[in-house]
Amino acid sequence: MTKRLLALILSVSVLALTGCFGDEEQWHGKDISGLMPELEFELVGTGGQTVTPQDSDGNIRLLYFGFTSCPDVCPTTLTDLRKAVNQLPPDDRDDVTTLFVSVDPQRDTPERLGSYASFFGDHVVGLTANEPELRELTKRYRTTFGYDEPDANGNYNVSHSSAVYVFDRTGKARLLLRPGLSTDQISEDLAKLARDA
Amino acid sequence: MPDIGFLAPYDFSPLTILSFALVLAGYGYALLRMAPEHRPGSVRIVAFVVGVLLCYGVMQTRFDYYSQYMFFVHRGQHLILHHLGPFLIALSNPLPIFRFWHEQMGPSLRSWLRPVGWAYRILQQPVIAAVLFVGLIYFWLWPPIHFDAMLSRQLYWTMNWSMLLDGLLFWWLMFDPRSPVLTNALGYGKRILILAAVAIPQMILGAWIVFSRGMVYDVYEVCGRAWPMAPETDQLLGGLLTWIPPAMMSVIGILLILRRAMHEDGRFVKPSRLAGENS
Repeated sequence: MTKRLLALILSVSVLALTGCFGDEEQWHGKDISGLMPELEFELVGTGGQTVTPQDSDGNIRLLYFGFTSCPDVCPTTLTDLRKAVNQLPPDDRDDVTTLFVSVDPQRDTPERLGSYASFFGDHVVGLTANEPELRELTKRYRTTFGYDEPDANGNYNVSHSSAVYVFDRTGKARLLLRPGLSTDQISEDLAKLARDA
Repeated sequence: MPDIGFLAPYDFSPLTILSFALVLAGYGYALLRMAPEHRPGSVRIVAFVVGVLLCYGVMQTRFDYYSQYMFFVHRGQHLILHHLGPFLIALSNPLPIFRFWHEQMGPSLRSWLRPVGWAYRILQQPVIAAVLFVGLIYFWLWPPIHFDAMLSRQLYWTMNWSMLLDGLLFWWLMFDPRSPVLTNALGYGKRILILAAVAIPQMILGAWIVFSRGMVYDVYEVCGRAWPMAPETDQLLGGLLTWIPPAMMSVIGILLILRRAMHEDGRFVKPSRLAGENS
């Protein structure tokens, strides 16, 4: 009796394990399917217009929080993303939209954000909002940001998420690109996602 | 001026607020209605309320924000949810309150609640309780699981509630006020053994986090910290909070149980032995 029960427990747990890890797709980024809510926001674009995810529907969306005075992390990340997107097959390149959300609305005026975003490619959209709305959005994606004390010149540092959130064409959260991935790896993930749907 | 905003929940959870309100209301109502000779003294009432409010505080105030974006604050949150809060609640001996509510229940409700009783008795098997207590800490601190739990709102709430409920079960088993001589409560020797046994794996885990050279929990890196603190410092403090206070609480628990065992020494005699002596 005990033996049979043991065998049953074993086989059930093996089934459960293979169910969990067996046919999992292999990504370089972290698979966040089901962990995070779908893409939803209402932000201000560089022309002062309201921007929602519907504006880029059908595209793969890369959501990234930063600020234009960012000394190193943001330019590096955005450059990596541009390179990764440019490595995609020509047909897929236009299907990727990068949403750069500035969490420093004090300094990042629409004009400044616009010129900054366009520097990193045509499909980079600069977005921002007032702080409460930004707090809501970052909370939705379980991240945060904070401001340092300004120095004598009024410059201050901003802490923000270092990861890129990837949403598929339907707006479902799919991947989290942690810092440290190569452009090739990002490109492979994006190509796979582009073929998915 | 104190900031009232700090008391507002960061991630508003109606279910959590409702549960805490029901517990406090149920406790207060029973206190007023029960026979005075069963009513707990003021120290016990304060211990219970402080325990409940501590758990509420780390779940539904601004504290929760810092717990989500700082590793060491998160460890502090679990220290309260899994150790300090339930420790105080169990020590306050809410048994008279349970008895009061049990008497109020109709027979249909009692039979309806019977499966809960079965689950309770299984979970309170000494080995299961000890494994569950340590196992949950290890499970939620397993780096890939921890990463997911901090990313997913649902998992995050599951994590915190599972810690709180398990903490309550465990410390209640340790501080059950019923004498093991007269009832089938767990013997004092076994309680002391469990407390010592669960301290060791917690110390190992805490020490491992403290002495890890690399970043064990990079989710706080990825999602941004609440304020700019060196990641190594955050991890070191978090490791210390996993290591030292839980071990100390095991020791305090052991001392409290020893004291009770010494008090009861020779005061109760097993009925069977009594019968044996008479014959």
